[in-house]
Amino acid sequence: MIERGQRFLQVSQPRARGRRWFGAAIGALAVFALAGCGSKTSADKAANGGAIELLNVSYDPTRELYKDINAAFAAQWKAEHGQDVTINMSHGGSGKQSRAVIDGLEADVVTLALAYDVDAIAQNSNVLARDWEQRLPDASAPYTSTIVFLVRKGNPKHIRDWGDLVKPGVAVITPNPKTSGGARWNFLAAWAYGRKTGGSDAAAEKFVGDLFGHVPVLDSGARGATTTFVERGIGDVLLAWENEAFLAQKELGAGKFDIVVPSISILAEPSVALVDANATKHGTTAVAEAYLKFLYTPEAQELIAKNYYRPRNADVAAKYAGTFPKLDLVTIKDFGGWQQAQTTYFADGGVFDRIFSGIKR
Amino acid sequence: MTRGAASTPLARAALLGIALAFLGVFLVAPLVAVFAEALSKGFAAYGAALIERDALSAVRLTLLVAAISVPLNIVFGLAASWAIAKFDFRGKSVLITLIDLPFSVSPVVSGLIYVLLFGAQGWFGPWLRAHDVEIIFAVPGLVLATMFITFPFVARELIPLMQEQGRDDEEAALSLGASGWQTFRRVTLPNIRWGLLYGVLLCNARAMGEFGAVSVVSGHIRGKTNTMPLHVEILYNEYNFAAAFAVASLLALLALVTLTLKSILEWRYGIHGRTGY
Repeated sequence: MIERGQRFLQVSQPRARGRRWFGAAIGALAVFALAGCGSKTSADKAANGGAIELLNVSYDPTRELYKDINAAFAAQWKAEHGQDVTINMSHGGSGKQSRAVIDGLEADVVTLALAYDVDAIAQNSNVLARDWEQRLPDASAPYTSTIVFLVRKGNPKHIRDWGDLVKPGVAVITPNPKTSGGARWNFLAAWAYGRKTGGSDAAAEKFVGDLFGHVPVLDSGARGATTTFVERGIGDVLLAWENEAFLAQKELGAGKFDIVVPSISILAEPSVALVDANATKHGTTAVAEAYLKFLYTPEAQELIAKNYYRPRNADVAAKYAGTFPKLDLVTIKDFGGWQQAQTTYFADGGVFDRIFSGIKR
Repeated sequence: MTRGAASTPLARAALLGIALAFLGVFLVAPLVAVFAEALSKGFAAYGAALIERDALSAVRLTLLVAAISVPLNIVFGLAASWAIAKFDFRGKSVLITLIDLPFSVSPVVSGLIYVLLFGAQGWFGPWLRAHDVEIIFAVPGLVLATMFITFPFVARELIPLMQEQGRDDEEAALSLGASGWQTFRRVTLPNIRWGLLYGVLLCNARAMGEFGAVSVVSGHIRGKTNTMPLHVEILYNEYNFAAAFAVASLLALLALVTLTLKSILEWRYGIHGRTGY
């Protein structure tokens, strides 16, 4: 009887221990979780070793272009310095990519759709020098492009110029200028046509308003818009980067589309820049600068032309003159530069918002 | 009586027909489409798409993220459900609500939370940068986002099971002189093992398949921070449809394996979707 009683008395002790154990387990879990995060990062760093890695944060349609450029640059750097260099790529909508670099994506170089998105990085973070545009030739835009029309084979709606886009029964596909770099170039090209034919900004606003009344789908990026037009078969005409239009025509639906070059368009100048603070931190400044300068060499300019971007180099441009039709091109300077164009047309409460809220749907 | 007997088989057949048609249109057809598209350029192209460098690294990264986040969530889920089911303390209902939080928050918001906390412009961003710790746009960010999303799976599976079982077994063990750890290992764990396995299975499936939250914190660097679902999107956007669906078919296979294991578990041990997840 006494033995039993003693045993019974012990009961409360292990239970108390159980509760203490529980607290300790929670504490250990927290420590474990934190330690997991910390050690992971240092392991990443150590794995780098001798070879150099660069991160190029780019916009949507340049995937094919930089695949070629990176291979050529890596071969040249290896030959000259005996060092392996790997260029990692990140692609997405230009504005989204700019935001990611501001939020800490450690790009060594950015190659974005327009100067405004590089400016945004310089203004909203301290990783990029504000005078970036002056550091490379041609305002840091080693290649250009323009905005053209992609229509269905045989051009059944007889689209020849901007004016034909606002005829009854024509559906136009363009991405959203709020989120897409390419769409902002589209918008300004249409504006340039409206201003030229109507003679005033008021006439241009009327034309662009009519044009957006013919848009059934606003995708958030250029690739999405191309997929809408090509894969889903929506719309009669796609306002597209010239390089994207060539790609869709040659690679996607051979014989399914025609390119129509309008009478007037805009010279789109995609910008490239070194992200100073990140490159300094990674010790990659020299190779990153060489990479950007490489874009201006005849070898890279050839690759640029082959990927349907307009080369800056006069010799290469002459060689590919047959590929790229001549047309009347306005530039962003005709709109007072990107800062002013962004504020006037695309900022909240700007012209695009006014136009878009006026469209009856 | 006669009326009931006549209409029941008819109603049953109609219900069954509707259910099967629904399954066919919404589950089987897409699944077949995925595999058909994946094999549209032949088995050679299918294989090539899967052993391509970036695809392999996406698979590796997905496995790594799951391998870190699932065990951590097992430990957390066990601890939380044990505490909730076997102990009484203040704030218990708050804890239960918090565990459910990831189910009610959009995955995009879950990702943005971590950008706001650990991004360069976020609360801890400058400190992290100064100490050379990468979280966002690197593997730790992916793990954190995945853990957040898969937080409730194990706990939600175990809490009802443990509550149903009560604490009699544990109290008996303790009264016979077992320590806390012994009680947990010899009594609690065997009681819940099938429910636990079931939770782990669901947790793992979600960890490997999550898109929204990891998309926000990934940075989309090819071969570095792309998990399988993100890689599928990239390939699709490159007009590389066969390769995109080839990688997607791996994820679909994962789903099929998960479902099969789940059915086996249910059949073998009579666990019937007690919690509805």
